[in-house]
Amino acid sequence: MHKCNINNNIRKLRFHANEMTQQELADKTGVTRQTIVAIENGKYFPTLELAFRISKVFNLPLEEVFSFEEIQ
Amino acid sequence: MDNKEKQIVVTAISLVVIFVCYSLYVYDKYIAENFAILNDFKFWGKAFLILIPVTIVSQIIIHIVFAIINKIVTNEDMETKTDERDKLIELRAIRISHWIFTIGFLLSMVTQVIGMAPYVMFLTLVSSGFISGIVSEMVKLHFYRKGF
Repeated sequence: MHKCNINNNIRKLRFHANEMTQQELADKTGVTRQTIVAIENGKYFPTLELAFRISKVFNLPLEEVFSFEEIQ
Repeated sequence: MDNKEKQIVVTAISLVVIFVCYSLYVYDKYIAENFAILNDFKFWGKAFLILIPVTIVSQIIIHIVFAIINKIVTNEDMETKTDERDKLIELRAIRISHWIFTIGFLLSMVTQVIGMAPYVMFLTLVSSGFISGIVSEMVKLHFYRKGF
């Protein structure tokens, strides 16, 4: 099984959403700010449920917020 | 260092302080006077049973004091909400500490198989419980800081 990496555009999307703060996004998705920080920095891959919650906040499909990359 | 990490460090330090203070107290009050008490099962039973509430109450007091000091110094409230990442980190830390305690438990049984005194078994059990508690906190800190 190859290693994988899940990238995200959350920081950019927050900026375009009226410079939404990490705390605001955390409140809207029901997690702590530290979890949003960890996701943005690629230190934590969210569950499918949280990933859908985040994409719903930005009114975007999941694949426009997260992208999957397989590392050879 | 965010609030969660600070809480973990406080828990780890308080575990060490409580364990050392309690051990010194028990040694000074009971063992120093009479070393034969080490082979008394009743003594070990009492020592274990008292250690549990002492640790719980002390931890609660230390965390309340820490929350007050933290509020005064940083003007930030402590994070009480737990989310999926917290639960996952907790689960991984519990799994690792469980294995450490299991190894300690098996080692304590080995001490009896090879004919060592019963107090060695109890000391091994207490030590493995203490080490697994500390490792659990360190694992949490590692996952919070480095991610996974």
